[in-house]
Amino acid sequence: MYRYDEFDHDFVQARVAEFSDQVQRRLAGEITEDQFRPLRLMNGVYLQLHAYMLRIAVPYGTLNGKQLRMLGHIARKYDKGYGHFTTRQNIQFNWPALSDIPAILADLASVEMHAIQTSGNCIRNVTADHFAGAAADEVADPRPYAEILRQWSSVHPEFSFLPRKFKIAVTGAERDRAAIQTHDIGLHLKKNAAGELGFAVYIGGGQGRTPMVARKIRDFLPEADLLSYCTAILRVYNLYGRRDNKYKARIKILVHETGVEEITRQVEAEWQELKDAELKLPDADIRAIEAYFAPPLLTDRPDGDAAVKLARLDSKSFSEWLDQNVVTHRHPDYAAVTISLKGIGEVPGDASDNQMEAVADIAEKYAFDELRVSHEQNLILPHVARADLKAVYDALVDIGLATANSNLISDIIACPGLDYCALATARSIPIAQEISRRFASLERQREIGELKLKISGCINACGHHHVGHIGILGVEKKGSELYQVTLGGSADENTSVGEIIGRGFSSEEITDAIEQIVETYLGLRLNSQEKFIDAYRRVGPAPFKEALYAGEAKAA
Amino acid sequence: MKILTANRLSDGIAVWYADGGWAETVDHADLAHDKAAEDRLEAIGAKAYAANEVVDVNLIDADVVNGIVEPVRLREKIRAAGPTIRNDLGKQAARAA
Repeated sequence: MYRYDEFDHDFVQARVAEFSDQVQRRLAGEITEDQFRPLRLMNGVYLQLHAYMLRIAVPYGTLNGKQLRMLGHIARKYDKGYGHFTTRQNIQFNWPALSDIPAILADLASVEMHAIQTSGNCIRNVTADHFAGAAADEVADPRPYAEILRQWSSVHPEFSFLPRKFKIAVTGAERDRAAIQTHDIGLHLKKNAAGELGFAVYIGGGQGRTPMVARKIRDFLPEADLLSYCTAILRVYNLYGRRDNKYKARIKILVHETGVEEITRQVEAEWQELKDAELKLPDADIRAIEAYFAPPLLTDRPDGDAAVKLARLDSKSFSEWLDQNVVTHRHPDYAAVTISLKGIGEVPGDASDNQMEAVADIAEKYAFDELRVSHEQNLILPHVARADLKAVYDALVDIGLATANSNLISDIIACPGLDYCALATARSIPIAQEISRRFASLERQREIGELKLKISGCINACGHHHVGHIGILGVEKKGSELYQVTLGGSADENTSVGEIIGRGFSSEEITDAIEQIVETYLGLRLNSQEKFIDAYRRVGPAPFKEALYAGEAKAA
Repeated sequence: MKILTANRLSDGIAVWYADGGWAETVDHADLAHDKAAEDRLEAIGAKAYAANEVVDVNLIDADVVNGIVEPVRLREKIRAAGPTIRNDLGKQAARAA
């Protein structure tokens, strides 16, 4: 994985020193809150309901054991014994004292981590497929390009005060696991007919109060032109993006209001000015960054098949976990493992200090010291020999992280909601917990099959409800929490925004409503192979509306 | 009725104005029953903000239930108690202990 060079070290150290000084001056009353607020936000420090919150960047979701162990240490020493992995592959701590933040940032810097650009109207942490470097269906590892984008976008003088925040995601496979079409820029790494690497470029995706699916503005951009083209996009956005209305300031609104043809023309015109200048990436530089991401040396382990077969016979629960949480690796003797942070009734994305340390141990012992955070709020071991899967499973059982529910209905994305967040209008986590408990039976979940359920506690949509097969949006109505349901959303290569199905439900009703939707699907699917999303796309909302609301219509 | 709330600058912890100082629980917050009392609280909040003691200062609606002050809105109830999903965290943790 990427290792800091001297420049990175100096840059992060300088930032720690600078922000530590700013914190000290704030605590001493030398600068006002109005002066300090933008400074703390640039360093990932928010003020939430109960305390400050620190959001730490996990670039493209990649971590090693030492880094995860440090996060566990921070959770224990400075926070309340846990952290929350987010939908942008980052981690948040919910209780740090402002006075401790300089020490936390110094600890983070010691393992090449920071909280820079995790807030503010700048280019945020670049996200990538969590199976990058391991996936069997990948053209190339997208992370070197995410790293190039990170270096380019870090304290970029021209793009540090954009109209609004800006998010970029990269995938290296046809099957999009990075939700690129919901980002300001989505990049799909691919090869052209000549076998050269480049990108399909999408812009203007986003969620929030105005969800939009990104539009493709270029089918193939040579890799050497990555930075010049992104610069052209950002320049057009920086120039024409709206600054008069926060809710209309994202690039998605600009794309929508300008029209995709016109904005493509503007981007291409800007790019003509830039493409052959200093932003052109020298091949040697790309290959040098790529070398940092060279996969571990995966020696053949042909004993895996027999070991897995034997362990399957021995343990039904291992067998179920294998079916659900283990995916094919490009090396036939290896596999990629999803560590579910969605135990039944648990808080989605939360991990304790002990769990973080234990997972770090597992990664070091069995997974070449590599870990990923997924945007679905799980942890990933990208490279595990099949022969070691049972040992990994047993170690995960010991720390309560062996729930076999990846991609099932209890693998819920949920934002922190009103339990923590100052912007939230309703709680998300208790709804996720109740649904998880209702569908606790793994047998029932497997019968239902792949179902992505996503919950947000306000219209900002951090819980990605718009792109959930089933989405739930919590709002406040007349002083109570009300939950709106959307159906048919999806965040993969066939991205779609879900449709509101009808009137909302109270917190007491919502789990029953979800169960009703699931039962309706089970009753109408063509066979057990037809997934919820496919069935919904085939039949539309009518049968679900009928199931949820027909009684009311008759009563009225 | 209104009460005055904020977060303490140094650690961000939610506090309520009570009895001449900033208390870590809402239970005995000073109540404003009329506009003049609200103005008084607001002035106290503005002064504490200017003195860099607290941030995010707000007057919020409250009731008195069984002799204890209770915020009206769910958001403020959660601020006053802690996350509803973790009784071991926030103000409610100290109460349970």
